Amino acid sequence: MNIEEINHLAKLSGLELDPHQTKQVSMELENILSLVAELQSVDTTGVEPLFHPIAVIEPLSQALRMDIVSEDNNRINNMLSAPISHEGLYLVPKVIE
Amino acid sequence: MTRSNWEVVIGLETHAQLKTNSKIFSGASIAFGAEPNVQACPVDLALPGTLPVLNQEAVNHAIRFGLAIGSKIAPISVFARKNYFYPDLPKGYQISQFELPVVVGGRIAIEVDGVKKEIQLTRAHLEEDAGKSLHDDFVGLHGEKSSGIDLNRAGTPLLEIVTDPVMRSAAEAVAYAKELHSLVMWIGICDGNMQEGSFRCDANVSVRPIGQQEFGTRCEIKNLNSFKFLEEAIQYEVQRQIELIEDGGVVKQETRLYDPDRQETRSMRSKEDAQDYRYFPDPDLLPLHITQDMIATIQASMPALPSILRNTWQTEYGLSDYDASLLTQSKSTADYFVELLTLIKEDLVKPAVNLMSGDLASALNRDGIEAAQSPLRPSHLAQILLRIQDGTISNKIAKDIFATLWERGTSGALADQGVVDALIEEKGLKQISDVGAIEKIIDQVLLDNPKSVEEYRSGKEKAFNSLVGQIMKASKGKANPSQVNQVLKEKLSN
Amino acid sequence: MSWHEKSLTELSSALSAKEISSVELTQFFLGRIAKFKGLNAYLDVQEEFSLRDALVADQKIARGEAGPLTGIPVAHKDVFVTKDWKSTAASKMLESYLSPYDARVVELLGGSGAGMVCLGKTNMDEFAMGSSNENSAYGPALNPWNTNYVSGGSSGGSAVAVAAGLTPIATGTDTGGSIRQPAAFCGITGIKPTYGSVSRYGMIAYASSLDQAGPMGKSAKDCALILNAISGHDPRDSTSLRKDAIDYQALLGKPWSNGSLPLQGLRIGVPEEYFAQGLQEEVREAVQAALKKFEELGATCISVSLPKTKLSIPVYYVLAPAEASSNLSRYDGVRYGYRAKEYKDLNQMYERSRSEGFGAEVKRRILIGSYVLSQGYYDAYYLQAQKIRRIIAEDFQTAFTQCDVLMGPVAPQVAWKVGEKSKDPVEMYLEDIYTLSPNLAGLPAMSIPCGMSQQGLPIGLQVIGNYFSEAKMLQVADQFQQNSSWHLLAPSSAGAQI
Repeated sequence: MNIEEINHLAKLSGLELDPHQTKQVSMELENILSLVAELQSVDTTGVEPLFHPIAVIEPLSQALRMDIVSEDNNRINNMLSAPISHEGLYLVPKVIE
Repeated sequence: MTRSNWEVVIGLETHAQLKTNSKIFSGASIAFGAEPNVQACPVDLALPGTLPVLNQEAVNHAIRFGLAIGSKIAPISVFARKNYFYPDLPKGYQISQFELPVVVGGRIAIEVDGVKKEIQLTRAHLEEDAGKSLHDDFVGLHGEKSSGIDLNRAGTPLLEIVTDPVMRSAAEAVAYAKELHSLVMWIGICDGNMQEGSFRCDANVSVRPIGQQEFGTRCEIKNLNSFKFLEEAIQYEVQRQIELIEDGGVVKQETRLYDPDRQETRSMRSKEDAQDYRYFPDPDLLPLHITQDMIATIQASMPALPSILRNTWQTEYGLSDYDASLLTQSKSTADYFVELLTLIKEDLVKPAVNLMSGDLASALNRDGIEAAQSPLRPSHLAQILLRIQDGTISNKIAKDIFATLWERGTSGALADQGVVDALIEEKGLKQISDVGAIEKIIDQVLLDNPKSVEEYRSGKEKAFNSLVGQIMKASKGKANPSQVNQVLKEKLSN
Repeated sequence: MSWHEKSLTELSSALSAKEISSVELTQFFLGRIAKFKGLNAYLDVQEEFSLRDALVADQKIARGEAGPLTGIPVAHKDVFVTKDWKSTAASKMLESYLSPYDARVVELLGGSGAGMVCLGKTNMDEFAMGSSNENSAYGPALNPWNTNYVSGGSSGGSAVAVAAGLTPIATGTDTGGSIRQPAAFCGITGIKPTYGSVSRYGMIAYASSLDQAGPMGKSAKDCALILNAISGHDPRDSTSLRKDAIDYQALLGKPWSNGSLPLQGLRIGVPEEYFAQGLQEEVREAVQAALKKFEELGATCISVSLPKTKLSIPVYYVLAPAEASSNLSRYDGVRYGYRAKEYKDLNQMYERSRSEGFGAEVKRRILIGSYVLSQGYYDAYYLQAQKIRRIIAEDFQTAFTQCDVLMGPVAPQVAWKVGEKSKDPVEMYLEDIYTLSPNLAGLPAMSIPCGMSQQGLPIGLQVIGNYFSEAKMLQVADQFQQNSSWHLLAPSSAGAQI
């Protein structure tokens, strides 16, 4: 993977890579990708993906929740670990649209 | 304002907030206007360890919509994660539907300048709304300018409704948006409140030379929350693209915002440009199975759609296009009319329609309320119509009765039965239809107005009306107008 | 016998017989935890909260309202959120995070449930990513048998705590072997139940379709007790199975069939791929000796094949990072967690907070995860892996037509020295070869001690069952433990300073 690809990947992942690290990270990722390249050798024609493991023995369907309000205002507790807030709002560096 | 050799291609994506009590994946309330973050529970905040569970009513609403537009409702649909970073998106991904949406296909009929057209829909799918960023100048940890994030809205159920790119003008787009808006309110899945953000349109706009098969590059204009802005934005964008191309430029595929003050679209600071959303099925949610039974249950409780009602009423009662449209402009009006129909015989239908489209419509408009909130209930209108029909009151008196009862009803609920008769009695509004009585009044008026009689006899038609006026005045409006006409004519021709 | 050597049933009896109170028992373990701090098994201990809960338990016992677990201490892997203890997932990202709610597992075992007393949160690999507990932001947990060696991971802290007698029992989670492998390395018993048996609500997510919680303790019997308490449908977890409750203790002590020997009729499938090249000789010997023991107890061993065993590694290392990359996107410093000190704008705040808050292995897996999900690679990597996953699951079903349970080693080798494998991540991934497949298939799997290496490090035997067969697995494991004493060995008996 070249520098551009790594940086693009980092951006997608919300990560910042030290320029010193980029080479190291690139090598490590290459190794992992070599490991997983083996996947290509398997013929999976006609095989459906198994997104939920138990689906292999029984059909699974999403449960539906009754439409009632079941959560109270617990703002104080929920926001206990907020890095910074103001009058109930979470603050972040200004977003420009 | 398009040049004659360009074709405009428009597709609309609409986000309708579904009318539920709680969020699509959590039990927090979705009520509008609460204090920041008091309706954001741990699931909405994406606290570590939280998981989504699907709201049944959101699914029901999707089914309702699918049925209303004649689409296919997927027996199995899958929720997928749309991954991107933004402060109003707590999980760092939005739970949406990608490859397998809940509703596929469908169509909505529109009419523009008398021309009917069917707009094909590509699909509709369920997803969650994001929170809100408030861009007031808050001050951050290190003194930096900051935005405030309110996650009350995060997790509100949305139905994203996508059309094929089949609209060819801003007018068509607006007509479609209005029909869709009407429809989602009609079937009760969305309150349609555009100011509160319950109904938001994104327009995908491109142009191509007439005759060209391939589509031109399209731009997406986001978050248009009024029909006026929708129209203006599309018009501006079409113009912009045409001019750009004609000047030798190339349209860049991008997302744009409409600035209503400047009346122009401008490029958004790459929030979503060239984004790879890395969609994959959400492992925290199982596939959504919708059975025929579920669909049948929903179908059974759905209201008749406006187009069906219009057809029925036009066929059965011979209503005009105009009247039928008026009566189906809102479910409230249609329900009112339906109720009224149960209280009158067929020979009163046309007068009923006139009364609804006349006095009732004006009063509702003036007071800014829906038919459901009208102080005069269908039973009251039925009583009025009956008394006109049996000659007890004239049309004019009926108007007065209407106005009086409206006022009284606004300050305190009216009794269901007998109110009209009571008022007629109270104010002595009974029409004078007795020929003898009328003759007496007319004789007196003729005596008192010799000049008008003269003028009439010398050919001035206007004098007739003047005499009628005097007669009505003398009878305090209670003389039966058609009787008056007839008798007066007789007397004057002698 | 000291209190830390007693089984859960023995402790329960002692409590109801008033031989000891919950408060005293809790104090005893808190004392040991403090004494053996050097093992770094615990990340957060709050004595006042533990004693508070012990007091409540004692009151319950006094009123005669005690259940089989009331008043008995338990340690929770720091991947479960708790209201009274920090929940860090061993990451700097959640250094001082306080959850407003308790995980379902914690609720079920705590005061409003079974009445156990939480001793604290145990160490783990950061966000459950790792096989040695060396990926913790707070230092590795050390193997009590020899502190120069790793504890295994990711539930290293829980394994160490149980093995060193710092808790009678602990909870762990297993995504690719994270209960079984540290259990094997530390000489204790651990079980990962069928996917969906235990609620994931309140479990800090790593890989959603693979994560599953389970007990880690000194015996199959003890694990069964805990499994009963923590399993069951939770409507807050959509992947939680809607099945009738299973009594995991129901078959304990019962013979497998009507035969003369306790495990007569039991067919044990032995996957040939689990004994191929790469398996350390000592481990092979210990496992084979254990299989012989099972035969002595009446079972029959049959050779079976799980052809995609090796392939489970790339499949896992595509799927788990993919899901993790998305599950960890919520850690952005906005609503909780670590926020960088310096940043010039929003994007930088995100990137710095996450890059500084996450350790190297976590970042690696996030990057790989984003890669395999990205445009152009999704089909070849993610989708392909999910398809092979189905083949792996079907291969197990085929194997189970020939046998009742599968048995083999847990890991190719015993614990390695701290730092020995941290240079090359892939080297460590390869160690997961035997444990990954059951997670991919969602099958229940457990580890029981079955031997010791020459250097005095424990060796574990893996038992893999078909879906929902945990009661049978525990029955089989218990029979082994009734007829052997590997699980009774403790570091102190081996001469370690514990």
